[in-house]
Amino acid sequence: MIEAKQVNFYYGDFQALKDINMRIEPHTVTAFIGPSGCGKSTFLRLFNRMNDLIPGTHLTGECLIDGEDIYHKSVEIDALRKKVGMVFQKPNPFPKTIFENVAYGLRVNGIGDRKYINRRVEESLRDAALWDEVKDKLKKSAFELSGGQQQRLCIARALAISPSILLMDEPASALDPVSTSKIEELIYHLKKDYTLVIVTHNMQQAARVSDKTGFFMLGELIEFSETRKMFLNPEKEQTQNYITGRFG
Amino acid sequence: MKQLRKIAERTVETLLTASGAITTLVIFLIIVFLFKEGLGLFNSPVVEKGYVLCVHEKNSVADLTAYQIKQIFDAEVENWKALGGKDEAIELFRFEEIFNHYPEAEFGEDYQYLPDKLGEYIRHSSGIIAFLPKRYAPVDKPGVKTLREAQIRITDFFFGKEWMPTSTPAPLFGVLPLIMGTLWVSFFAILIAMPLGMGVAIYLSELANERVRKILKPTIELLAGIPSVVYGFFGLVVLVPFIQQLFDLPVGETALAGSVILAIMALPTIITVAEDAMRNTPRAMREASLALGATPWQTICRVIIPYASSGISAAVVLGIGRAVGETMAVLMVTGNAAVMPRTLFEPVRTIPATIAAELGEAPAGGAHYQSLFLLGCILFIITMIISITAEVISKKQHHAV
Amino acid sequence: MRFNQLNQLIAFSIFRILGALIVGFLLLILGFIIWQGVGVISWDFLTTAPTDGMTAGGIYPAIVGTLYLVIGSMFIAFPLGVMSAIYTVEYAGNGKIVRFIRVMTNNLGSIPSIIFGLFGMALFVNSLGFGDSIIAGSFTLGLLVLPLIIRTTEEALKAIPDHFRTGSLALGASKLQTIHRVVLPMAFPNIITGLILSIGRVSGETAPILFTVAAYFLPKLPESIFDQVMALPYHLYVIATSGTDLEATRPIAYGTALVLIAIVLGMNLLASFLRRYFGKRINV
Repeated sequence: MIEAKQVNFYYGDFQALKDINMRIEPHTVTAFIGPSGCGKSTFLRLFNRMNDLIPGTHLTGECLIDGEDIYHKSVEIDALRKKVGMVFQKPNPFPKTIFENVAYGLRVNGIGDRKYINRRVEESLRDAALWDEVKDKLKKSAFELSGGQQQRLCIARALAISPSILLMDEPASALDPVSTSKIEELIYHLKKDYTLVIVTHNMQQAARVSDKTGFFMLGELIEFSETRKMFLNPEKEQTQNYITGRFG
Repeated sequence: MKQLRKIAERTVETLLTASGAITTLVIFLIIVFLFKEGLGLFNSPVVEKGYVLCVHEKNSVADLTAYQIKQIFDAEVENWKALGGKDEAIELFRFEEIFNHYPEAEFGEDYQYLPDKLGEYIRHSSGIIAFLPKRYAPVDKPGVKTLREAQIRITDFFFGKEWMPTSTPAPLFGVLPLIMGTLWVSFFAILIAMPLGMGVAIYLSELANERVRKILKPTIELLAGIPSVVYGFFGLVVLVPFIQQLFDLPVGETALAGSVILAIMALPTIITVAEDAMRNTPRAMREASLALGATPWQTICRVIIPYASSGISAAVVLGIGRAVGETMAVLMVTGNAAVMPRTLFEPVRTIPATIAAELGEAPAGGAHYQSLFLLGCILFIITMIISITAEVISKKQHHAV
Repeated sequence: MRFNQLNQLIAFSIFRILGALIVGFLLLILGFIIWQGVGVISWDFLTTAPTDGMTAGGIYPAIVGTLYLVIGSMFIAFPLGVMSAIYTVEYAGNGKIVRFIRVMTNNLGSIPSIIFGLFGMALFVNSLGFGDSIIAGSFTLGLLVLPLIIRTTEEALKAIPDHFRTGSLALGASKLQTIHRVVLPMAFPNIITGLILSIGRVSGETAPILFTVAAYFLPKLPESIFDQVMALPYHLYVIATSGTDLEATRPIAYGTALVLIAIVLGMNLLASFLRRYFGKRINV
């Protein structure tokens, strides 16, 4: 379970997130939508502390995962990130083989057992619906895959270390429609094992894959409710305007 | 009027086109002049120009290599048997000695009888080898055999282990010690500079905060601009005495001093290029690795360094190039003894230092002069190979390994 | 997990220490020369000739000689280099020829300076019969810095956005007029930066002038371009290694080294300052 309590986030003097409260249940898909620069990606990246990499940022409030404050001093960031996987907007495979890309997370976590690694790589690639396409060329460069395959490889890479949560930052925005629908199908299947949080630009996508949707604007969480309800009958006027395309 | 302007423009544009070829032309000219002068060496006789070696008629030895001649005249070989002749002691004879054997008057007014006297003397000493100027040599006199006028051989040049360009009667142009000396000093320089340079590059690119980096990076680049003669001077007054004391050596001018100075000089280049390569690793790669739970150090080792490896290798190759060609600093601190390098604690001599030290003394067009140009050719080829290697490496795309 | 963190702590500590040590050491070299040399520098040191077999007096002739060589080599290299760069950037397009030229320019830049010395001696001193002279030295040094000037000029030209060129061409200006009236004036500051960098480089080079121009000691200043000159880097080399009384000469050597460093680093600093200054202006 993911919880945000009174979260404020600043880039230097600029306040990127204002007073956000949210609660995400396990084994659900949650989508964040909103115009660019609304803070939805920033919010997503709070949960694996990716924002720590940017100098001059600071946070108030609490981010909890399974009841534990992930910004507490005693938290080991690499352990946290192992638990909270992430898939980025653009596919970013390493310049290594397909196999080594998936095995990377296992290796850096100190796993040396080759049998186990082989098994995990196959499982992860199957879970990411990529196994049948790459099983004969695991030793080939990851760069030889198409964009959509690369993104699914990145998903497999994230799954390999068995996270419980998977954050996806516009995972299909750089892909063609066919690849996009494959990723969406995948998201639907992954729900039974993982908690998924997806940032997307594409409202149809949010409507298709998510159980709940949060609408962000100018750093504020305007509305957070069941996806079906949000798209059929939003509570706030701003949400209504955004969904019907009046801005953004 | 308009016509005139057109013509003027065409002229200027032709000039521009021509100047585009300038660097190609210069390289071409360098090759032509270096090789023209250098390859002349293989047409030079083994024995100093204008001189011949004469032996007794009955002597079965027909020709000698430069190294054998040197051994004879240094009295390291004292019997013809060692050279394939019969068992007989070698008698060394230099031209001036003839005046000890005959009174001055017998040579005639213009020394016209000198060849006869020389011939006579040689006829009476069967073990003799005489080093004589061509104009007085008793070439056709009875009892005298002139040794075949051999030319300097390519193998003697490249595999000869003695560099004694001013020894008489036969100078020795074995460049092996010089080539080995160059590689020896450069190799250890890179061995020192590479880990240190990489360390600093990692520090600058991954650990230092932005403010520190903004100050240090330009400072290091600035240090690359310090003239090599200043580094050499620093080496001479600080490093050389320091090394001498530290290792309790008879002289501080050693291969080690050369390597350390070269390492210091190569550091700024290596740091700058390697740091650029590491910073060019896409942010997406770093984030992907961190997001998988890798620590920053694991990310550096497993993602950033492999990704930047072609840039880093290019940095190292460039560093080697700079070390191999460096002249003044090495000349000032390595002691310049032309011997095969065996340890780091003895003097060595590199190719550039040899050229710099000796070209001033070598008469233009002579064998010594030519041999120095040939050294230049070798150096040129080595640096070209290095420079092309660096180019190929840095162009290489990031393929999976 | 703990092991990973400990590993990282150790590695990062080593790198931090290494960074501080190496940078500190490099700065120490600079500091050492400055500290030793600064006491020697005086007006007299800069304006009088060496005396007493170079164990006393100043370095005036060497400063003048280096100045002549800088002027001479820039006279040769600057127009040639700028023209060459204009050709490759503005005319040659992006084909095989340009790539070949770039490779050649890079290769020329990687040739060791001692090779230039050999080449200069063979061509300018002996074949063309200039003898050891300012003109032979200037040509040699000029060819040596040619790649540097070409590279900096190319960068300066490439930094000018294409819309300035198309704008001018659209008004009916010829290509050459566009280069002459639009591109060059805009690129000028950065081209000058390259010139200054080259001056720094030329002032410090020793190997190329050993056999083409440099003299151990000259009683008077040169009168024509066919005379030899003394030069700062060569002067430092001889008084550091082959003086009659090395101990007595040391202070002069430190002073000479300091003057040399001041010139070279001064030029480099000036260049980076100009680059930043004009860089800001052009971006506005």
